[in-house]
Amino acid sequence: MTDIAPAHGRGNLPPLSLHVPEPKYRPGDKVDYTDLGIPPAGAQPRPDEQCAAAETHPLCLDMVRVLGEDHRAVGPWDPRLDPETLRRMLRTMALTRAFDDRMFRGQRQGKTSFYMKCTGEEATSVAPAFALADDDMVFPSYRQQGILIARGYPLTEMINQIYSNRADKLKGRQLPIMYSSRAHHFFTISGNLATQYPQAVGWAMASAIKGDTRIAASWIGEGSSAEGDFHAALTFAAVFNAPVVFNVVNNQWAISSFSGFAGAERTTFAARAIGYGIAGLRVDGNDALAVYAATQWAANRARANMGPTLIEHFTYRAEGHSTSDDPAGYRSAQEREEWPLGDPIMRLKRHLVALGEWTDEAHAEMDRELAEMVKAATKEAEKNGVLGHGLHHPFHTMFEDVFEELPAHLEEQAEQAIRERRIKWPEWEE
Amino acid sequence: MSTIEEAPVSLHDAPSKRMNMIEAINDALDVMLTRDADVVVFGEDIGFFGGVFRATAGLQKKHGSRRVFDTPINECGIIGVAVGMGAYGLRPVPEIQFADYIYPGMDQLISEAARLRYRSAGEFIAPLTVRSPFGGGIFGGQTHSQSPEALFTHVAGLKTVIPATPYDAKGLLISAIEDNDPVIFFEPKRIYNGPFTGYYDKPVEPWARHDDSAVPEGYYNIPLGKARTVRHGEALTILAYGTMVHVVSAVCAEKGVDAEIIDLRTLVPLDIEAVEKSVQKTGKCMIVHEATRTSGFGAELSAQVQERCFYHLEAPIERVTGFDTPYPHSLEWAYFPGPVRIGEALDRILKA
Repeated sequence: MTDIAPAHGRGNLPPLSLHVPEPKYRPGDKVDYTDLGIPPAGAQPRPDEQCAAAETHPLCLDMVRVLGEDHRAVGPWDPRLDPETLRRMLRTMALTRAFDDRMFRGQRQGKTSFYMKCTGEEATSVAPAFALADDDMVFPSYRQQGILIARGYPLTEMINQIYSNRADKLKGRQLPIMYSSRAHHFFTISGNLATQYPQAVGWAMASAIKGDTRIAASWIGEGSSAEGDFHAALTFAAVFNAPVVFNVVNNQWAISSFSGFAGAERTTFAARAIGYGIAGLRVDGNDALAVYAATQWAANRARANMGPTLIEHFTYRAEGHSTSDDPAGYRSAQEREEWPLGDPIMRLKRHLVALGEWTDEAHAEMDRELAEMVKAATKEAEKNGVLGHGLHHPFHTMFEDVFEELPAHLEEQAEQAIRERRIKWPEWEE
Repeated sequence: MSTIEEAPVSLHDAPSKRMNMIEAINDALDVMLTRDADVVVFGEDIGFFGGVFRATAGLQKKHGSRRVFDTPINECGIIGVAVGMGAYGLRPVPEIQFADYIYPGMDQLISEAARLRYRSAGEFIAPLTVRSPFGGGIFGGQTHSQSPEALFTHVAGLKTVIPATPYDAKGLLISAIEDNDPVIFFEPKRIYNGPFTGYYDKPVEPWARHDDSAVPEGYYNIPLGKARTVRHGEALTILAYGTMVHVVSAVCAEKGVDAEIIDLRTLVPLDIEAVEKSVQKTGKCMIVHEATRTSGFGAELSAQVQERCFYHLEAPIERVTGFDTPYPHSLEWAYFPGPVRIGEALDRILKA
């Protein structure tokens, strides 16, 4: 029952029509990126870190870039890192990629249920990890393994978690890659989207309440920036001037939904900062030096009590969303091949080569060494089992940590779980 | 009964003051803000103004605006930042202005606060206490009257606490704040000023004339998970919490029913031992709550009593609840499980 007049009954008013965004390219389509409007490297001004937020707002519609076509670092955003730091950053990104490749294969071999690579996006986690202090608290989404690797978390521990084996520090409770490491100031990954954003603000507010010097940083995908939590976080951060760095990793795709479903047809994600009156930067997310420089700028600003910065990292998800996804079904394979911002590892490598600080041979040798290192870590982790092969944490741990103390009803349920096990396998001993 | 009269002996000599529920809650917050530098209190209108129910009156002035402050109108943000503050090491006590407004924060409560300890194997915890007035009887209409406690008791990892007296409100709130797990602390707003008996057409007695309004000064706590036997009796056991504790007490007094009335005080953890012992003694069990009936906490209580006391039961378990409708404005007393509905159920169960 409706009393709304039918569309044709309103005189000469045009019928309303719903806009449903559609990406430019679908499988098989020829890709043309000429209209992306990528500005030249080095052309963007670098405002003072303590400037009025509004001074950054033109940069929300621009793109901070440092590495140019000739692989040289140019312009005011060049962080002027020494070659040793550049090589360490390159190595960490390459290690992240080697790790991803091996874990992806491990999932295909049935060693675990699930994996997510960050291929093509390594700079958006590794470079910020280099720019932040090691004890700044990070609230990652699910594709920032580069932070943990940069902070020296042991690969074997990561693999134990991915295998949910008996050595898994998270006791086999979390989906693979949902790491947590308090010692590395790396907040437990949720798996629910965007919830980490207001939490990062709360942590930053606490740091400010206590007169601490540490700041918080958080990551979100462009797709989940549509969640209410994103806007809650930006509102609170703006209101309380929280010392937090917000990263939006715009990798163009949220599983099969292109960025248009999060609002990209109308403006950039960095431009969200404008409405909240906080600082915002839009950076070439495949340019490790630009990402480093933007993070350093935002971190210094936050530490100077100048409040939050929103950084959009413009990048491309080179592979599927996860091992459960095949992008061939919804996007053109040419997108990756033609991506105008290239590959972050190759770009940093060519920069080091151009500086005379690195060679193709050294790079090939490093890749071999890193692959071996990951392989060795995998073998080590497999000693403690892979998913579904019995070497998990004791049954009783399933009921622990729901509360600080085990309540009576959970103790009863634990006894039942163990009884069921004994009924099925009378010889079972734990 | 082992579960009653748990007030520490030392308190018998402590000076006490007559307080209503609001004053007792305010006092608990003041005590904890004073004792623990990590306690922070925040929410909509709670700072300078002191809260729409005045529960935080004077706290900002005394403890400073960095520890007691207003927030944006955003419950997702209020709970979300509380989780982050907990991860830092603070002990946040956010207020949600009405329980009816808590839903935008549900994901942060259910998926985050309740699971941090589990999913991080104890690396991160969420020691927050979410205070929120709940329940009807103040002509609040459908958005200022709900009793959503069962939504929270269904979540593994959350504790749900509901005081019924000023004495309990202070002691339980202090325990909730000190607890290292997330606690939902629902305050029955109908009894903020006096123990409402369900006779809405009669004047409400102020707390000052009620025994349980004598609140000791300073610090004391009442452990979570311990029920309180309000009245010992033989005819039947009545399980209630919040406002309904006073309503059933008044109805039983009026009808001269020798009921054993148990105020659960905390729904999770539940003092099932106290319930079991009483029902096994009386052989009859009536459950009373203001919340809607279907899948209400009464359903859980009824199931557990049946599982544990079936062979002691001499009558079907009675559930007296609100109706399965939104809380109506003009007909709020038709919704409320008042003396008539309770009386009818009492007649039924006592005749059985």
